Amino acid sequence: MSEIQRQFDSVAVQEADFDVGAEIAALSAGRADVGAVASFVGLVRADKLSGEGSEVSAMTLEHYPGMTEKSLEAIVTEAYGRWSLLGTRVIHRFGRLVPGDRIVFVGVASSHRGDAFAACEFIMDYLKTRAPFWKKEDTPEGGRWVDAREADDDAASRWD
Amino acid sequence: MSVKVLYFANLRETLGYSHETLTLPAGIATLGDLRAHLARRGGVWEALGEGRNVRAAINQEMVGADVAVADRDEIAFFPPVTGG
Repeated sequence: MSEIQRQFDSVAVQEADFDVGAEIAALSAGRADVGAVASFVGLVRADKLSGEGSEVSAMTLEHYPGMTEKSLEAIVTEAYGRWSLLGTRVIHRFGRLVPGDRIVFVGVASSHRGDAFAACEFIMDYLKTRAPFWKKEDTPEGGRWVDAREADDDAASRWD
Repeated sequence: MSVKVLYFANLRETLGYSHETLTLPAGIATLGDLRAHLARRGGVWEALGEGRNVRAAINQEMVGADVAVADRDEIAFFPPVTGG
């Protein structure tokens, strides 16, 4: 399998949950050149709704099928260009999720920890501002779309 | 020139459409032209007006307002993304 194919096979957009341990293990399975695996897991938080006592009870993630996969593949390809990587895995869920549910997994394998840590953070920062996902929170008054955060743009722009 | 236009998230809900196929009148050359053309429908379509925080993609790649649109393009309008 070519390097390019391996990068593209590493992206998944799915409703189903994923097994964090299995995903991390797969990044170094059967190979002796991997010296570091860094990973990130994003979860649904039970945030307080602004100005109210109630908390977010659930959220629904919408995405743009086709573009979502292409944008994640482009981000992974960019990471391969910037760091020395031996493998990556990006999984992003969509559909209805409740607090405590996993939303996103990013795993990066490299020879040394520096590249793995940096690439993992880079992929998350770019994903937050470039991958076409939108969160809608359930509130007692009905659904409410989550606003984009300026802090996410700042986090992504430090890699420019 | 005919294009497919998609709308996502709160924009889809506001406009009441998830997609449409449009035959563009002469004079619409760029993404910005198309957006202004749609906003001129008035009412809820002013959500696409100048100054509104709307992002766009042509053929599934996020691009700016000055990019040219072509026949059969897939064009999408959506709010800033909030995944991860």
